[in-house]
Amino acid sequence: MSPTWKRFRDAFRRHPTALVGGAILIAMVAIAILAPWLGTVDPLAVFPSQRLHPPSAESWLGTDMLGRDVYSRVVYGARVSLIVGLAVAALSTLLGLAIGLVTGYVRRLDAVLMRIMDGLMSIPSVLLAIALMALTKASIGNVIVAITLAEVPRVVRLVRSLVFSLREQPYVEAAIAAGTTLPRILVRHILPNIVAPLLVQGTYVCGSAMITEAILSFIGAGTPPNIPSWGNIMAEGRSLIQIASYLIVFPGICLSLTVLAVNLLGDGMRDALDPRLARRM
Amino acid sequence: MHKCSALLRSMTAVIGAVALVAGLIAPVATAQGQKVLKFIPQADLRILDPITTTAYITRNHGYMIYDTLFATDAKFQVQPQMVDKYELSKDQLTYTFTLRDGLKFHDGQPVRSADCIASIERWAKRDALGQKMAESTEAWTAVNDKTFTLKLKKPFPLTLEALAKPSSNVPFIMPERIAKTDASTNITEPIGSGPFKFVKAEWVPGSKVVYVKNTDYVPRKEPPSWAAGGKVVKVDRVEWIYIPDAATAAAALNAGEVDWWEQMPPDLIPVLAKNKDVKVENIDPLGSMGLLRFNFMYPPFNNQKMRQAVLYALEQNDYVLGIAGSQKNGHPCYSYFTCGTPLSSEVGAEPLKGKRDFAKAKELIKEAGYKGEKIVIIDATDQPIVHSQSLLTAEMLRKLGLNVDLQAGDWGTLITRRSSKEPIDKGGWSIFHTWLVGPDVTSPALNFAVRGSGQKAWFGWPDDPKIEELRDAWFAATDAASSKKAADAVQTRAFDFVPYVPTAQFILPTAYRTNLSGVIIAPITLMWNVEKK
Amino acid sequence: MIAYIVRRLFSTIVVMAVVAFVVFSLLYLTPGDPAAIIAGDIATDEDIRRIHARLGLDDPFLVQFGRWLWSLAHGNLGTSIFTNLPVTQLIGQRIEPTLSLTLCTLVVSILVAVPLGVVAAAKAGSWLDRAVMSFSVLGFSVPVFVFAYILILTFSVQLDWLPVQGYRSFRDGVWEWLRHLILPSIALGTVYVALITRMTRASMLDVLAQDYIRTAEAKGLAPEQVLIGHALKNAAIPVVTIIGVGVALLISGAIVTETVFALPGVGRLTVDAILRRDYPIIQGVILIFSAVYVLVNLAVDMSYVLFDPRIRLT
Repeated sequence: MSPTWKRFRDAFRRHPTALVGGAILIAMVAIAILAPWLGTVDPLAVFPSQRLHPPSAESWLGTDMLGRDVYSRVVYGARVSLIVGLAVAALSTLLGLAIGLVTGYVRRLDAVLMRIMDGLMSIPSVLLAIALMALTKASIGNVIVAITLAEVPRVVRLVRSLVFSLREQPYVEAAIAAGTTLPRILVRHILPNIVAPLLVQGTYVCGSAMITEAILSFIGAGTPPNIPSWGNIMAEGRSLIQIASYLIVFPGICLSLTVLAVNLLGDGMRDALDPRLARRM
Repeated sequence: MHKCSALLRSMTAVIGAVALVAGLIAPVATAQGQKVLKFIPQADLRILDPITTTAYITRNHGYMIYDTLFATDAKFQVQPQMVDKYELSKDQLTYTFTLRDGLKFHDGQPVRSADCIASIERWAKRDALGQKMAESTEAWTAVNDKTFTLKLKKPFPLTLEALAKPSSNVPFIMPERIAKTDASTNITEPIGSGPFKFVKAEWVPGSKVVYVKNTDYVPRKEPPSWAAGGKVVKVDRVEWIYIPDAATAAAALNAGEVDWWEQMPPDLIPVLAKNKDVKVENIDPLGSMGLLRFNFMYPPFNNQKMRQAVLYALEQNDYVLGIAGSQKNGHPCYSYFTCGTPLSSEVGAEPLKGKRDFAKAKELIKEAGYKGEKIVIIDATDQPIVHSQSLLTAEMLRKLGLNVDLQAGDWGTLITRRSSKEPIDKGGWSIFHTWLVGPDVTSPALNFAVRGSGQKAWFGWPDDPKIEELRDAWFAATDAASSKKAADAVQTRAFDFVPYVPTAQFILPTAYRTNLSGVIIAPITLMWNVEKK
Repeated sequence: MIAYIVRRLFSTIVVMAVVAFVVFSLLYLTPGDPAAIIAGDIATDEDIRRIHARLGLDDPFLVQFGRWLWSLAHGNLGTSIFTNLPVTQLIGQRIEPTLSLTLCTLVVSILVAVPLGVVAAAKAGSWLDRAVMSFSVLGFSVPVFVFAYILILTFSVQLDWLPVQGYRSFRDGVWEWLRHLILPSIALGTVYVALITRMTRASMLDVLAQDYIRTAEAKGLAPEQVLIGHALKNAAIPVVTIIGVGVALLISGAIVTETVFALPGVGRLTVDAILRRDYPIIQGVILIFSAVYVLVNLAVDMSYVLFDPRIRLT
């Protein structure tokens, strides 16, 4: 077993919470994938005459204001929240990496790009996401793009600072002096040292994206209503909180739990990868 | 060296001092003994012009600060309001109106004939019934400051009904200089002659609107009946506090932070029912009519058989539950005119009424030659009434095997998209839902959604010369019996041509604290006569 | 030091210019049409077209941008399409609740989070540390509005200790003012507290490992003196940075908090404006929020001069 993995394993042993986080996340992903086989019914099927029934043997988490089964909607909702969270994390990481590398290496573009990033970061992320959503019709794809755009600047900042500090490292300077081509330097020296903090940042972005999606749906600018997402379900049920609190409680718990899991995982990974890095983040 | 701790320490000291001093400052005394009515309106008041917009919130605002020449009472009869006496010439072509004494605008100016004429003319440019009246109008003339006449080209039996129109647009009377504003530019000065005055300085759009009692107002002597009768204001000040979150609004009413909630979602009745200080009532006997509107310009709903298929598949009871929550606050209404009003009936309603016939619907779809064209339903997630209807319709059409695309947005987006005459792939639409208040759908004159004037019609643009003919025939009807017959004819044709599908009739209850009395039972929100103990 | 300050000021201006361009472009590209909304439910095509022309919505992009920048330079943020009131007036009317909420939240959060972070760092690895870290992770994970509803249900509905909604002005009595801000501040501040606690702890841990701390301890200084006098001051920079960065979180969260608690603030104004496509308000508000954020961070950068003597030498 390589030393890195060994460190991982030991770190996780020291941080059982991270293990728990990872386990919960895997469970959620499994639930999302296996949704049709978990005793669910069509999450979109309406039965107005069965509206607002509290949890019972027939509908485990009750029915909503149109008679739809809440349990099924929550289970299928996992798909949306997870897809949004993971997609935004992946996209913003890749995009941020690309832009960050460019700023780290192309001085002229650095100034321009960083000003743009600063500008974007100055607009509070939820506001930016809402404004972007207002440009297009509601769809999961657009939600993902909107939130990604709001999260990218932070990733760019991280990559840029890492690239700057790495560039000054003696072994990188030595490589340049030895005439190594830029792509090789990137692949052999820069990237491997960026991957770790990027992964950690990615988990935080994932959690933040899931919450942003919920807020967007809450305000009415998020996932379209015919696709159940945890944020959506809560938004539709919010006026009924005093007579049907289960409409908010169950999706709320699922969302909080998943985001918590992702954050714990991120914490654990951060500690595992570099104890010093742990301090800095 | 201890800079940081020194900084912290001084910060704490300052905060502490401020808090201490501020705590000792006595709160500013509010005016003693003022009766303030706190009300949660159905929407946020944005536009102050009740002529350029039909929005009900602006209409309610209009009733606060303006007055009308005539008004409709609880028996649907026309009563004089600002008018003292009136007469119609023998040839039915000239009306003469004389105003009451003591009518003044909020800026102190007396109400003159010129003000009334300018206001009516502006209203007639926008309102559907007003436009019809304008077609028959030759001239309005002021005889003197208190008397004026209306000369018609041909008899218009609905003249007084038009001047007494209870709901959007209401022919409110404004000062001449304001009424001379172009009919598609919003007025900015809210000056009227009504029982309340608007306090512009305290208006916070999106949050609070403030009115005070107009102490110069001279109410009529009769008891109030809907918008007619004496408008006696029994409070000093009214505050409209807009709370968009229904759960928060319910909690605020329960806690006594507000006195009256105009329209509450029926689902929240149990939350208020437990509180013995709160009363929930249906003060709006006519309720509202939900509707499903087609786009007649493009397939598939340019095909009459497709629309008729929807008639056979749509279950109004589902929509009642979806919108009103239970049969207590809503019921099916298989008519193109508001159920509970004289012209409403179930003539021709067989396809929509009774047991659903999906087989027949599918047959009609086949006959129509449906080739899988995409159906775009535009939805507004922030309007629960529109939203539930959209979801129900999407499910129903899916059950029929149709290709449905439910596109969500908010009310703002919906209003924008529905005005688009483009095909679906360029941002067009196939179906949208909305609702109209009862008073707006009581007759062929008022129901603009049943018209078939093609490109000039309401969004959807149905083109049916036959229905227009029948509508004109209704206008020509001279007595109640022939009026009913003509209305039935319009409805029969409507159930055949299907300009839209009525989905449900529902009542949004109102809730107020028990220390309020005198709340007027009417389909429009009126705030005079209300007393707060 | 002067060079540092000048450089920061200059980049602030550039950033604001970028923000202005982004904000304007965003709205220009919006497909929604305010004309249709103003015209109302029973409107004709012609009405909509007329309103379009009146609002100048048909002019090319650069013309509209230029027009907007010009009026901006005159301190004019435009006029709301719906209410015909100047945007500056609309924002001015609603700034007090938002300011009260954010200030309250800021003060409470910092007063709670910094000591928590310091204590957690001082007792790193203990159960106290773990508890603090667990709470802070929880703070990140529960969305603001869920937390807000829980607070309302518990403290307002069940226990009736605090009001459900609304805002009372400072001038109507400080106690009432505070009462209405307690629940919103707690709901909004949770994420902020979580963020600051973590950063304080991390930064303190970094500093506490340094040699000069051991020197201070060796000199015989009391632990509190070491902690506050030496460590905290040096740990301050990242903490102050995160306070500045976190203002963005506050602003985002304020929108939701104001909606749930019915506070008539600028956040709610923004959401309403966006949903209704009231362009001038949207532009004005986003611009102002961004300006606030940028200025706060400028102040933070300036404060480095206080905290980091090395900057004074540049």
